Amino acid sequence: MRNIRHPIVRGKKITFTFNGKRMRGFQGDTLASALIANNVKVVGRSFKYHRPRGIFSAGSEEPNALVEIGRGAYQEPNTKATTVELFDGLVANSQNYRGTVNFDLMAIIGLFSRFLGAGFYYKTFMWPKSFWEKIYEPAIRSSAGLGRLSMKPDPSRYDKGFLHCDFLIVGSGVSGLIAAEQIANSGARVLFLEEDFKTGGRLNSEDLIINQIPCSEWAEKCVTRLKKLENVRILTRTSLYGSFDHGIYGALEKKTDHLSKNQDKPRQILWKIYAKHCVLASGAVERSIVFPNNDRPGIMLSGAVRTYANRFGSSFGKTAAVFTNNDDGWKTANDLSNIGVKVVGVIDTRKNIKPPSDKYPSYTNNSIVDTFGRKGITRIKLKTGKILKIDLLAVSGGWGSNVHLTCHKGDKPRWDENLLNFAPSKDIGKQNITPVGAAKGIFALDKLIVDTQKTISKLIKDLGYKLSPTIPITSSKEKYSCAPDWYFSFGKKSAWVDLQNDVTKKDIELSFKEGFRSVEHLKRYTTLGMATDQGKTSNVLGLAIMSDLEKKHISELGTTVFRPPYVPVAIGALAGRSRGKDFKPIRLTPSHNFAQKLGAVFVEAGNWLRAQWFPKEGERTWRESVDREVLQTRRSVGICDVTTLGKIDIQGRDAAEFLNMVYANAFAKLPINKVRYGLMLREDGISYDDGTTARFSETHFVMTTTTANAVLVYRNLEFVRQCLMPDHDIHLISTTDSWAQFAVAGPNSRKLLQKVVDKPKDLSNEKFPFMACTELTICGGVSARLFRISFSGELAYEIAVPTQYGNSLFKTLLVAGKEFNAIPYGTEALGVMRIEKGHAAGNELNGQTTAQNLGMSKLISKKSDCIGNKLSERPEFNKSDIKIMMGFQPTNKSQSIEAGSHLIKMGAKPVLENDEGWLSSVAFSPILGHSIALGFIKRGDLRLGEKVLAVNPLKNKKVEVEIVSPHFIDPEGVKLRA
Amino acid sequence: MKKAKATNPICIRELRIMIIKHPLLGPRDSSEFVYKGDASLLDRPKWNGQKSEKKFYEYGYLRKNPAGSHRELWYHEQGDRSWLVVTRNTISHEIEKVELARDIARKKKAKAK
Repeated sequence: MRNIRHPIVRGKKITFTFNGKRMRGFQGDTLASALIANNVKVVGRSFKYHRPRGIFSAGSEEPNALVEIGRGAYQEPNTKATTVELFDGLVANSQNYRGTVNFDLMAIIGLFSRFLGAGFYYKTFMWPKSFWEKIYEPAIRSSAGLGRLSMKPDPSRYDKGFLHCDFLIVGSGVSGLIAAEQIANSGARVLFLEEDFKTGGRLNSEDLIINQIPCSEWAEKCVTRLKKLENVRILTRTSLYGSFDHGIYGALEKKTDHLSKNQDKPRQILWKIYAKHCVLASGAVERSIVFPNNDRPGIMLSGAVRTYANRFGSSFGKTAAVFTNNDDGWKTANDLSNIGVKVVGVIDTRKNIKPPSDKYPSYTNNSIVDTFGRKGITRIKLKTGKILKIDLLAVSGGWGSNVHLTCHKGDKPRWDENLLNFAPSKDIGKQNITPVGAAKGIFALDKLIVDTQKTISKLIKDLGYKLSPTIPITSSKEKYSCAPDWYFSFGKKSAWVDLQNDVTKKDIELSFKEGFRSVEHLKRYTTLGMATDQGKTSNVLGLAIMSDLEKKHISELGTTVFRPPYVPVAIGALAGRSRGKDFKPIRLTPSHNFAQKLGAVFVEAGNWLRAQWFPKEGERTWRESVDREVLQTRRSVGICDVTTLGKIDIQGRDAAEFLNMVYANAFAKLPINKVRYGLMLREDGISYDDGTTARFSETHFVMTTTTANAVLVYRNLEFVRQCLMPDHDIHLISTTDSWAQFAVAGPNSRKLLQKVVDKPKDLSNEKFPFMACTELTICGGVSARLFRISFSGELAYEIAVPTQYGNSLFKTLLVAGKEFNAIPYGTEALGVMRIEKGHAAGNELNGQTTAQNLGMSKLISKKSDCIGNKLSERPEFNKSDIKIMMGFQPTNKSQSIEAGSHLIKMGAKPVLENDEGWLSSVAFSPILGHSIALGFIKRGDLRLGEKVLAVNPLKNKKVEVEIVSPHFIDPEGVKLRA
Repeated sequence: MKKAKATNPICIRELRIMIIKHPLLGPRDSSEFVYKGDASLLDRPKWNGQKSEKKFYEYGYLRKNPAGSHRELWYHEQGDRSWLVVTRNTISHEIEKVELARDIARKKKAKAK
C-alpha cells in the first residue's frame, strides 16, 4: 500500500518485474519498498523449512528477502531486496522454492520441523557411510539453500582503485554528517562513505526535527554544503566491507547496478582506502524478539516499518500492532498512525511503563504467544488471551551498535547494561577509529548530537588540525530505554532466532544440552549468524537465550568474532581486471612478432609466451614439426629465442668472491672472456638452479639463471649481498629484459654467425673456442655479446643484443642462414636436444635432488664456503645407495615410455617398497629413432646396462628399460668443441 | 616428500595488507614486499667453525615463530629491492621498528671483529 500524499509519488514512475509479474514503483524506491507498495507479502522461502517469508528489514541486515536479480549470465543470487535500488526494467525473482513461491512444494519439510533440529542431518544420515557423498548430501543440498548461480562466467566488468584521506567517515546519518562538517572545516581531507544511494541514514526514516526543520531536510542541506567543499569526497552506494591493519579499509562501490544499461562502465569498484583516521558513524541495527511463529510475512522490524512509512510512503498493511521491549516501538505506532495506518495495539513487555500516548490501545507487561496467517499475518494472540486482527506487526527488540568494523580490528565489544547493547570498547581509539552516535551506543537524537560534536572537536584538537567553534544544533528530544525481554515461548511452537538460517530457540536449547555452549560452538553447531546477513538482527538474541541457559550474564558470554566482509563481495570484484588472460601479466619474447608471422605455436612458461614449435605446411602433428626442427638443427643450424633465461649483471671489486659464495662451484679463477657452468644450492644442500656465468672483466660478470627461477635467484642474490656480505663491493641488476638472446646451434652455426658479426672478428675454433665469450658488434655496429655455449650438444653459440634489436636479429639470422637451410626451433626441440645431450633442467632440478643425485658432487668446493656447502655434507645425502641421474632407453626400441614412471628391479613386485627411482624427462629422439629418458635410480652409475622395469600405474603401463649413460649423443663432447 | 612452495594467490594478497614504513622510502603497502621469516637468517654460522654442522642445522631449521614481538625479514621486491628487518607483533600486527637488514648485518660484522 502506498501513501498517496508522500512526495515519492510525484517522482518518475518505474516499471519492474517480480516473479514474472510487471509492477510499478517510483524513482527513489528500493525493490523492497516497491514490493511492499505492491502488496507483495511472500518474497522468498526460508533456508531449511521452506516457510513463506516476507520483507523483514530496510537495509543490509535483511535475512528474508533474498532475490535473484537480472537474467542470463548477469543473474545475481542472494541479493537483498532491501538494498536493491529500483530501476526501469529491473527483473527480480524469488529463490529457494519449487513450483511457485506462494505454493512451494518443498514446504512439506516444514511439517517435520520438529524433527529437524540442529545437527539433524549429520546425526541421521550416517549409514551406510558411502551414501553420504552420493545420495544424502546432494539431496539435502538441493532442498536447502539459497539462490542459484547462472553457471555462466560473470560478464560484468569490475575495477579496483586506491583512495587516500586524513579522515574516513563511514555512514552519513546524523552523527556522520556532523562529523563530516566539523572535520571538513578543519581543512583535512575527508572521504565520506554511504552504503545507501541516498545520504542521510536514519534521518530519512524518522519523523524528527533538527534545527527547526524535518530531519531529512536538514540532512540534505548538510550534504549540499559538503558537496561544495574541495577537501570532501562523498561516495554513495559504497559499503565498507572490512577494516584491516594499519588504517587500511576495503570498500565496494556499486557503479551501475542501479542503471538499466551499464554500457562501458564497470559494475562495481573495489576501493582500497588508506586513512589516517576513521570516524565510524555506522549506526545501529534493530534486533527482533523471539516469540512463537515470529517469522510470518508481515512481521517486520519496527524501525524498518518507520523507514517504509516515512522515506518511501509505503506500508505493509492497514491495521498494525507493535511489539516492543523499549521506547522505540512507540515511535513506530506514532508514525504509522500519522500516515493513516490503524494501530490496534502496542504490546510492551515492560511492567512499569507509562504509555507515552493514549491514541492507541496499549498492552503493557504483555507479550505475544502466537501468530496466525501462513502467507501474511492475520491475527496475534497475547499472553492475556486477547486476539488482535492485524496485517502488519512491527517488532522492536532494541537497538544494537553496528560493531562489525571495530571487531575486524580485534576489538572486543563491551556490554552496556543500561541500554542492553554491545558497544565498541574504549580501546578502539588506539586503532585510530572513533565511533560516534549510535555506533558508539548512544541512541537518543539530542544526546547523540551533543556527544558527537564533543567527540569530534576533541579528535580534531588531539590530531592537531585547526578547530573551528562548534555551532549548537537543536533537535527533538528523545528518550530510549530497553528491557532485557528477549524471548517468549509457549508450548512446542517454534520461535525463530535466526530467520535466514532457520535457527529456532529450540535449536539453541539443544546446542546447550549437547554441550556446544561457547558462543563459537553455538554458532557452528546451530549455524546461528552464519548466513549472508551474518546474524545482524539475531546474534544478541541467541546469546541472551544461551546466557540464561548457562545462568551466566550475557556480558560473560561475549560475542562471536565478526570477520570481513560486512556485506557479501562478488568474487569478480575481488578479482577486478585480473581474470582470464589478464589474470597475470603476459611477457612476450623479443622475437614474438616474427615468430607469430612464421606461424609458431606458443606455450606459457611462467609469465612468458614462448614459441613451442614452428609447424610447416603439410605437418600434421607436433611431433613431425619437432622432429624436423631437431634433425635440421643437428644437421645444419637452428635458431631459438632464449631471452627468457634470467640475466643478472654482477659488478664490483668483490664480484668474484660473491660468485664463489652463491655458486657451489668456484668462479674466482674464471679467466676474462670465458664462461663457466654453475650449480646453485639452497642452504639446506638441495640443488636449486643452474646456468652459465660469463666474465667480461676483472669486476664484471653476467649470470644466467633458468627461466622459472629468474626472480627467485635474484632475490636470493640480494639476500646474500645485503645480509651475508654487507661490507663487500657488489652491485646487482636484473637485465633479463634488457638483452634479447638467441641460441644458434648446429654444425653450420659458426658459418652463419661469421656472416653477421662485424669484421675483423674471427670466430674460428682457435680464436673463439668452446666456453669463450666476448663483447663485439654485429650487422654494422650493433653492440652484442657472444657466448660459445651449448645446451643442445652441437657446436653452438648464444648471441645477445639490446632487446629492441631482438626481432630484427631473429629475422636477420634466418635470412642469412637461408643458404644453410637454417630453421627456427621452439622449446620442444630445445627440450628434446637437451635430453639427448643429458643436461639437467627443471624436471631434474625439482627441489628434491642434490648435487650428488645429479652426479655433480665433485663440483662442490671443499676449500671455501658457499651457500649450501655445509648441509650438502649431511650423511643422508651421501649414503652409498643414493639415486644418480642416468639415461634410460626401452629394450624394445619401438616402445614409448612415460615420464613419471617408477623404476622397479626386474622380477620385483611394482610396489612402493621396491621403488628404486623415477623417470624425470622423456622424449622421442629423432636422431636415435627411439624413446629416451633421463631419470634417477639407486646407484645408476654402477648399473650401466642393467634392465629395469619402468612402471606407470596411472597409465597402466610397464616397459622394460636399460640403464645407459645420460649422454645419448656425443658423450665425449667432440661436436661442441669442433 | 615434496616441499610446499610458498604461493601467493591473488585473493589472499588482497586481504593480507599492512603498511611497512620503509627507512628510505616511507610508508609502503605490504603487497610490494615478499616475506621471508625469522631475521635469525642474518646470523649465518661460520662454515668451518666448531660444531658447524649442528649450527647450520639450527640455522636452517630452527626458526623462531613467537606470538608477539618478532624480528622478521621482508624484501621490497616491487620497490628498491632492499631487505628489511621488520619488528612486528604477530598478534596485533603492530610494527614496532623497521631497519635496513644491511645496516644490521654490518653492525654484526663490526662487532664480531
